[in-house]
Amino acid sequence: MKVIEKPKDIVDSSKIELQAGSSMTHNPKRRSFLRNSIAMAGGAGALGVSAVASGQVLPVPESNKQMGRSIPPEEYGLPSKFEAQVKRRRTDILVNRQNFSDWSMTPLQSQPGITTPNGLFFERHHNGVPDINPDTHVLALHGMVRKPLKLSMSDLMRYPSVSKFYFMECSGNGLTDWLKPASKTVQQTHGLLSCAQWTGVPVSWLLDEAGMLPEVKWLIAEGADGSAHLRSIPVEKMLDDALLVYAMNGEMLRPENGYPLRLFIPGWEGNVSVKWLRRIKAGTEPWHVRGETARYTDPMPNGMWRKFSFVMEAKSVVTRPSGGMNLQRGFNEIQGFAWSGNGKIAAVDVTVDGGKTWQQAVLEDPVIDKCLTRFRFNWNWQGGPAVIASRAVDSTGYVQPTVEDIKKSRAIVGFVQHHNGIFPWNVSASGEVTNGIG
Amino acid sequence: MASVKRLAALLPLMLVSACMTAPKGPSSAGGAAFGKTISEQELAAWNIDIRTQDGAGLPPGKGNAVVGKTVYEKQCLACHGVDAKGGPVFGTMVGGIGSFTTNTRVLTPGSMYPYAPILFDYIRRAMPMNNPQSLSNDEVYALSAYLLNLNGLVGATDEMNSKTLAMVQMPNRNGFIIDDRPDTKAVRCMTNCK
Repeated sequence: MKVIEKPKDIVDSSKIELQAGSSMTHNPKRRSFLRNSIAMAGGAGALGVSAVASGQVLPVPESNKQMGRSIPPEEYGLPSKFEAQVKRRRTDILVNRQNFSDWSMTPLQSQPGITTPNGLFFERHHNGVPDINPDTHVLALHGMVRKPLKLSMSDLMRYPSVSKFYFMECSGNGLTDWLKPASKTVQQTHGLLSCAQWTGVPVSWLLDEAGMLPEVKWLIAEGADGSAHLRSIPVEKMLDDALLVYAMNGEMLRPENGYPLRLFIPGWEGNVSVKWLRRIKAGTEPWHVRGETARYTDPMPNGMWRKFSFVMEAKSVVTRPSGGMNLQRGFNEIQGFAWSGNGKIAAVDVTVDGGKTWQQAVLEDPVIDKCLTRFRFNWNWQGGPAVIASRAVDSTGYVQPTVEDIKKSRAIVGFVQHHNGIFPWNVSASGEVTNGIG
Repeated sequence: MASVKRLAALLPLMLVSACMTAPKGPSSAGGAAFGKTISEQELAAWNIDIRTQDGAGLPPGKGNAVVGKTVYEKQCLACHGVDAKGGPVFGTMVGGIGSFTTNTRVLTPGSMYPYAPILFDYIRRAMPMNNPQSLSNDEVYALSAYLLNLNGLVGATDEMNSKTLAMVQMPNRNGFIIDDRPDTKAVRCMTNCK
């Protein structure tokens, strides 16, 4: 009988698989592999071949000749150790001198489907991540309501639940890359973007229960974190589709995404989806707090600022090929995401000549309102420089603008929010893919 | 043949079920109501939001810039630097007034905040970062006064309280427009686009 645990063999077989390039994601240590294999996405099963000279008999994989790991009594499963490089990362460009009011970004280049795994969902906190005990957490609804209410988490979870797929994007996504290239990868240019299935209770039900007064025009939502983060939200949106969310992607929220309770405001900048939600208050006017005046406002011409610019307008980005990758000649599937805070994605066009000509890409089902939509476009690269970009059209007819289009109405100066411009990737004659903005 | 017959027998049933509208997800709470009544008095310690344009919600208390400087040096200087000009962690909180029409907009409470009570709301709820909600209302008024004074907006001994703070005229008070997007008119050009 074989020995059940043979760590050395596992390590050895891992090494063999590693050399054969079994991982499809781009570990910097394995760039040479990526350079040779970008067109082979999803073909992991065939890749062992590349380690063996042609004409030789394929060896039986070590994994065929031994028992695998046993099932432990209980565990929370983790990705393969060969995918350990797929991680959220903080920005390389705007490096903060503290990491409490900071952000981390989703590796979009490594996300094949439309939902972002919870451990890779982007983060933005204003004073770190609290660890809140759901048994003691309380949500209060008060202000201009007939009956101020408090609810425990167990109270909230007794309501009928609603589950919806929605993207979430930070208004600052792309702010380092408006006019000239700064970020190297799509994780750094667009990774303040993720998508999940959210489960919770419509805010409107609780406002009904509390007896919101008819003169209410705005509500404020406030978190139980060390910044007591808060935003003013118009009553129409709260009644339309706002959710009190306690779960994402089939499990309770992660602490960094608001455990045990957050607000979720579909299609709007992530900042209004207040995490660690402890309080909602109804009033007649917005509060004009720091986070909706001095921050999260857009510079406009003549020294002005635009406020309450909530919605994340239609946008798209090519994730493959994207910055840091290397192309092989011949067939390449251009892949990416499109999304709109104003509705569904109606179409995505792709250019490989820097915008001179565009062709319609294939949208992959499901195409969901205010959710990431996957697009695909087959391309035969013959070598030679190329500039690849995508352009989204949403169900309102809105066409994703270029940065040049946006510059006609806004001032691009300083930390500019709401960058939904068309984003090009340059392909060099040797196949190197780099940030092509500007 | 038997299986075909069975299928034929099932067909009417399948048609009936296809015609019936599938039950939808909940569109109302369906009578669920689990909130417990709470009084505004019980919420007093949570009820810290200030409606900054008129100062609604500002609590009793007072402070001026002279007192504020001593509070600042104990609670804030380590991160924000001497005279709030920027320190090891954060940039300046002074100046920038008039910079918004240049290519380098300097955002400080003085240049950016449209209403002075934003200072009180933000400091009380979020500062100091390593010990938020630890300052007294008097200390928060004093810090607000100090930062306004450094920005040339109030005098060193001007008392800031629930009345006077809301009356400070901020330079950027009229610097905002409401969201008027969509503000682009991109066209879906397919050929000869550039």
